[in-house]
Amino acid sequence: MTEALVQVDNLSRYYQNKAAISHLSFSLKAGEVLGFLGPNGAGKSTTMQVISGNLAPSEGEVSIAGHDILEAPRAAKSQLGYLPEHPPVYRDSSVDEYLKFCARLHRIASNRVASAIDQVKQHCGLTEVGGRLIGNLSKGYQQRVGIAQAIIHDPPVVILDEPTVGLDPIQIREIRELIRSLGSERSVILSTHILSEVQATCDRVQIIRAGELIYNASTESLKQGHETSVRIALRRTIEAAKLIELPGVEHAETLEKGRFRVFFAADAKPDDLVKTAVEQDWGLYEMIPEQQSLEDLFIELTHHEEVDRQ
Amino acid sequence: MIWVIARREVSAMFLSPMAWIILAVIQTILGYMFLTNLDSFFLLQPQLLQLANTPGVTDIVVTPLMQVAAIILLMVMPLMTMRSIADEKRNRTLSLLVSAPLSMSEIVLGKYLGLVLFIVILVSMLMLMPLSLYLGTSPDSGKLLSIYLGMLLLLAAFAAIGLYLSSLTENQTIAAVSTFGTLLMLWIIDWVGASVSNGQSLLSYLSILKHHQSMLEGVFKSSDIAYYLLLIIGFLVLTIRQLDRERLL
Repeated sequence: MTEALVQVDNLSRYYQNKAAISHLSFSLKAGEVLGFLGPNGAGKSTTMQVISGNLAPSEGEVSIAGHDILEAPRAAKSQLGYLPEHPPVYRDSSVDEYLKFCARLHRIASNRVASAIDQVKQHCGLTEVGGRLIGNLSKGYQQRVGIAQAIIHDPPVVILDEPTVGLDPIQIREIRELIRSLGSERSVILSTHILSEVQATCDRVQIIRAGELIYNASTESLKQGHETSVRIALRRTIEAAKLIELPGVEHAETLEKGRFRVFFAADAKPDDLVKTAVEQDWGLYEMIPEQQSLEDLFIELTHHEEVDRQ
Repeated sequence: MIWVIARREVSAMFLSPMAWIILAVIQTILGYMFLTNLDSFFLLQPQLLQLANTPGVTDIVVTPLMQVAAIILLMVMPLMTMRSIADEKRNRTLSLLVSAPLSMSEIVLGKYLGLVLFIVILVSMLMLMPLSLYLGTSPDSGKLLSIYLGMLLLLAAFAAIGLYLSSLTENQTIAAVSTFGTLLMLWIIDWVGASVSNGQSLLSYLSILKHHQSMLEGVFKSSDIAYYLLLIIGFLVLTIRQLDRERLL
């Protein structure tokens, strides 16, 4: 088992009396891409700001590669690259000047600055815009400069806050590839409210709602689905209760006349359903397996919020 | 590290036309003033020769020039300091510095050093005018040195106050106006005059230009130096505390 690079323990953050995040705990291993998912205002950005040392936690601890962010901020921050929601770029300087400044801020030895800039520019596709003013670049390029700034000192932990906001689909794809390639050697925390992004880039997903962690699983297990459902259509009308009696079936709901959605337990197979349908002559003519996507899960989990409020 | 930030500050100032315009305008106005003073010195010269213990060219030309310069710069320095932190906050670039392995003090000192470097350039350019007097006469070198140091200290104090007020807001205009107001208040605080005789000495000790005046006259008092250093250190500490506090809010 590898040691956790980022360790967050019981983290809370209050704005005046309102809790933006409360009692958040999670950890991140080396080489893992963690997707941080939540509706707007759930506390994603606050969490990122606390981890990166831009905000002080009200309670709890954050440590990066074993260094506490409050007790040893310098050691912790040297292990960290952070892209905030708005890329922190100086519009009046050129890409090269800006990256040089960032390299110096991160104490890269002066004989290695030039090679670090070249490398990061290649990595982020900035080679051709090195001499241009950042203010004149498109949003997508500014975002890339922001990412370049976060990885120029080759940190083991990279935190990206909504890196694909405002980009066109091609740029989004490129940035995702970039994030994937980062994840092969570094640990990445990625916050977003775009669900497909998490499925495309992350190893693990955490859903946060109103400052609390409500879901934490690997995207791999999500693909297999923790609960499978099948939509069936029958020529004969039967009672939904009959379906529930079948082995492995947890729940069944009537959609319209002759159509049902049947939920199975995690390891159950719909064999019995087919067998019974044939034996009892229900006239089964359609059967569509439904995989629970992240989107369903997200809506299901965040929907509770409204129920809770009522 | 402080030096890295200071260098970026200075280059940012000279990347925008702001620094150039300010230097050009001040130099032009004070150049004109210098010539007028020089002219009146030539008019007075015959009368001065008849007096014993006469004021020299430094007292008649340079001291009044720098008095005017101090007042003009009191209005101009807020424009130089207003963007230093407020602008970073507005453009959300402050988090670049905060997430880098730097302490708040290094960030603030770097910003301040950048301003001080600009001040050194500005005052050195102004001092070229008195130095040109060496071509035709022999001004009082000790007095010129005292004037140079006095201008540096005065403007460094202006900059520290401006830096602090810039850290309080995201809005450059608010930073500039409040800095100007504070500096003006520190200037006129001793104008209450004889009406409050008790508080007079305290109020006149607080006045920022009062301490400057003695240095312009060539009196280099440690109490004046202490006043400026206390002012500078005080406002720098306040700035560091302000930025640290913002992480807690």
